Amino acid sequence: MEALSTVLLAMLAGSLRVSTPFLFVSIGECLTEKSGRINLGNEGVLVLGAMVAYATSYETGSPWAGVAAAGLAGLLLGGLHGAVCSLARVNDVAMGIAIMLAGTGLAFFFGKPYVQPTAPLLPGIPFGFWSSSAQVRNALLVCPLFLLGIAAAVAMEWCFRATRVGLRIRIVGDSQDAALAMGLPIARTRFLATACGSALAGVGGAFLSLYYPGSWNEGLSSGQGLMAVALVVFARWNPINCIYASLLFGAAGALGPSLQTIGITWGYYLFYAAPYVVTLIVLIITARGGRSLRGMPGQLSIGR
Amino acid sequence: MSSATTAAVLPDAVPARAADSWYPLRRALEAVLAPLVALGVAGVLFSVFLLCLGQSPLDFLDLVWRGAFGSWFSIQNTVQRAAPLLLTALCVALPGQLGLVIIGGEAAVVLGGLAATVAALPLVHGGPFLVLPAMAIAGIAMGAFWIGISGWLKARLNVNETIASLVLAYIGLALFNHLVEGVLRDPSSLNKPSTYGIGDGNMLDTVPWLDVHPGLPVGILACVLSWVLIYRTSFGFASRVTGGNVRAAQLQGLPVTRLILVACAIGGGCAGLAGAIEVAAEYGRANASLNAGYGYTGILIAFLARFNPLAIMPMALLLGGLTAAGGLLQRHMGLPDATILVLQGLIFVSILTSDTLYGRFRWFQPRGTA
Amino acid sequence: MPADTLLATDVSRRRLLAGGAAGLAALGLPGRRASAARPLIVGFIYVGPKDDYGYNQAHAEAAAMLKKTPGVSIVEEERVPESDDVSRTMESMIRLDGATLLFPTSFGYFDPYMLRTAAKYPNIQFRHCGGLWQKDKHPMNTGSYFGYIGMCQYLNGIAAAHATKSKKIGFVAAKPIPQVLVNINSFTLGARSVDPAITTSVIFTGEWSMPVKEAEASNSLIDQGIDVVTCHVDSPKVVMETAERRGIFACGYHANQSKLAPKGYLTGAEWNWITVYRQFIDDALNGKPIPNFTRGGLAEGFVKMSPYGPGLSDAGRKNVDSVKAEMMKGGYTVFKGPLKDNKGNTVIPAGTAYPETAIQLESLNYLVEGVNGAIA
Repeated sequence: MEALSTVLLAMLAGSLRVSTPFLFVSIGECLTEKSGRINLGNEGVLVLGAMVAYATSYETGSPWAGVAAAGLAGLLLGGLHGAVCSLARVNDVAMGIAIMLAGTGLAFFFGKPYVQPTAPLLPGIPFGFWSSSAQVRNALLVCPLFLLGIAAAVAMEWCFRATRVGLRIRIVGDSQDAALAMGLPIARTRFLATACGSALAGVGGAFLSLYYPGSWNEGLSSGQGLMAVALVVFARWNPINCIYASLLFGAAGALGPSLQTIGITWGYYLFYAAPYVVTLIVLIITARGGRSLRGMPGQLSIGR
Repeated sequence: MSSATTAAVLPDAVPARAADSWYPLRRALEAVLAPLVALGVAGVLFSVFLLCLGQSPLDFLDLVWRGAFGSWFSIQNTVQRAAPLLLTALCVALPGQLGLVIIGGEAAVVLGGLAATVAALPLVHGGPFLVLPAMAIAGIAMGAFWIGISGWLKARLNVNETIASLVLAYIGLALFNHLVEGVLRDPSSLNKPSTYGIGDGNMLDTVPWLDVHPGLPVGILACVLSWVLIYRTSFGFASRVTGGNVRAAQLQGLPVTRLILVACAIGGGCAGLAGAIEVAAEYGRANASLNAGYGYTGILIAFLARFNPLAIMPMALLLGGLTAAGGLLQRHMGLPDATILVLQGLIFVSILTSDTLYGRFRWFQPRGTA
Repeated sequence: MPADTLLATDVSRRRLLAGGAAGLAALGLPGRRASAARPLIVGFIYVGPKDDYGYNQAHAEAAAMLKKTPGVSIVEEERVPESDDVSRTMESMIRLDGATLLFPTSFGYFDPYMLRTAAKYPNIQFRHCGGLWQKDKHPMNTGSYFGYIGMCQYLNGIAAAHATKSKKIGFVAAKPIPQVLVNINSFTLGARSVDPAITTSVIFTGEWSMPVKEAEASNSLIDQGIDVVTCHVDSPKVVMETAERRGIFACGYHANQSKLAPKGYLTGAEWNWITVYRQFIDDALNGKPIPNFTRGGLAEGFVKMSPYGPGLSDAGRKNVDSVKAEMMKGGYTVFKGPLKDNKGNTVIPAGTAYPETAIQLESLNYLVEGVNGAIA
């Protein structure tokens, strides 16, 4: 039993630790995809955001300035994606891959001088102050960005559901014809949704370098940005579901190391793949053969 | 329907007017000129980038030329790097005809290589004429199966194939590592866990005279055959129709499910064959070296080639050349390895942006009875 | 191929001018260094970034020191994967830069890439970091060098034993291969030489460089109550930073990471590659043959310990110092019988001892008593 509780606590702690970048990228991607465009480039945005955040925090001494700079970097790179994709005949999936490469390249290139120095990091909020157990205290040491991400997800859901702006984005994403008939600015809406979505992804990158694991190096992202795009499908284009999806993905990711701490070392590669297996299973269970997925924007190119 | 995604794969819906016999030539010219212009633009942008860093773009060009194409050795170097990419790009380009975006080719490469090795092990004493075909078949079958899963999930359950193939790539890599470092491990492979070897006598040699990777002729052949398949057979036509508009294809009674499965299987088979060739020509056994990112680079090439198998060849050369030159940039200009990533990013953004140029200029359009 | 000689580097061009024989050299059989005036060009190839605070940095730091040596010119390439790419890089260094001595520093470069390239260029010298070279089996223009860093991990273990309060220490490891297992076992044996109640928990990440997994592994270990951690991954940076942030102690690996954990860094096991490279290059400059097989430990200066951090008590320092002094005399043995593995089997019978040079340690495939964890 003690072993089980160790694993469960580790999974809880792990999901709080590693879910934040998934959360930010997936709600950012959710916003972009709701407007009818896909941005695989958020992987590159995540890496660039991580580098810019770390460099800015180091240069200015303020981690929050780093977060802001990461958001700005995301806004610019996402803006580039948005602008280019609004040209006729440009493929948004392919361009996303190009943006991924460009973002990663820029981050690695300009990040070289920041691999060695140590920058000030974001402080955690100690929600576990009541506990005498160091593990619980540490598990509940929560990054303010995580709370910010949840707030952003809730706000975005409300925005989609109850505001004019949200409705416009949804119409643009669902039916080009309806949007045209209503005279909505399709290109501008998508451009803004893409840029803002990437700004969120950039903030997700700031979490990686300024909180957890909390340093800048070239191996920092192991495809989190791409997986977050997968989580949006998993979450049915609903920002609230993105929270659950990210937490579940984070918890599954903590399974591998925590099983090893209780002595189960067999097949660790397979346990490390647990988050992907979970994602695949959920995708299959929730799939609806032959029909479009509920919540999926009708104009999304991947959904045909 | 987003016009953007279909642009790259649209069949030539409008046949050339009979009166305008020069149109096909002009269209080919357009297809060649647009990426070249884009390449030039990327070059100018990158030169500006270098100037900002206080480096000379001329030195840079000189090094790229020398490292990638300037001598027989450099050309060999470039071609060698391009060879495995031809097959992995087909893994994206073939399903791409149907409008599918498969990005999990990496797993097909490593699992194909592993299956090929496993198939070869019992036959080690049978000589290369027994071992090599068995490896090719096993590699193709494994790759076809692995990418086929994504195709099946898409066709039967409407699971998004991009995401399924990505997730399956991570799972496939985990499986590969688990097997290579577990039950299939040769205990004498101490510090680099590997499977047992296929035997030195059974390995593929480099191409005679040219001294390049044997994957090259196979890749070229596969590209040409794929082109024939896509543009000269009814399967290819049906695929392109489906890629243009699924609903229209279904209304016309095209077997969309089967088309998807077959395209994914052929594409996966190509990637699996790439893995088998890597094992047969390079390592002689399956180990982590197989996971060299060929599957991921193949995605870029396929998109740059706009899913046209013949265009894959020059694009693979371009990418191979850039990587070949990347080393010289590090050594002679003191630039970090990421420089080549920046340049690649610029080139891709630029070439993909140039897609918007198609059809913008009247001169390239069909003429006649307007 | 005349195009080759015309378009290749200045080196080749000069060769061409020097005469027919030298021109032939540029065809792909670059001869011995003909004139003393031309610098010795040495190529270093790294699998990861040069500034990873770890394995690659340890090599790159030594290469940087060599750059000041007169008559020597260094060319470097980082992030070269262990695939055919490295053969291409080596050939490119030989053909386009005129390199005559190559150091492919990553383990996986050896077979088949370095061996194949060495067979193609019999007049170029290749020395590989790893220790795989065998006389009669491998070409004479190749060779290997390696250091017995397990000894330093033993000293790390002694330091850890003096710092731990929970009697639980941790190890973040990449893969269960002999080199890594020797380190895990040495670390554990060192700690248990001070206090046999100490246990080591191990987590394998499965990858040589995967920062998020390494951070997760460190946190998992710390959650489980360990209070000293060390590691064997390519870049220990994340492990050290995580330890420092969570207020536990850390022992370094590969390079000096004391800057990353100013409070918790006890000491560390470091490579000291400059000893090896300096010797090789001096030999090359003086026209002496470069050794094919070189190994050394603390006594030979191939490895060294980081300076002590503030976390290590005086008693701990004295203990480490005294054992290190013993090691410096040579012949110190860590693996000696009776030794049990963590499943209770006797792996080294009483009366048998394996010094650091013992061939048996190179195929070690067990975890010693006191290590929690198993190898699949």
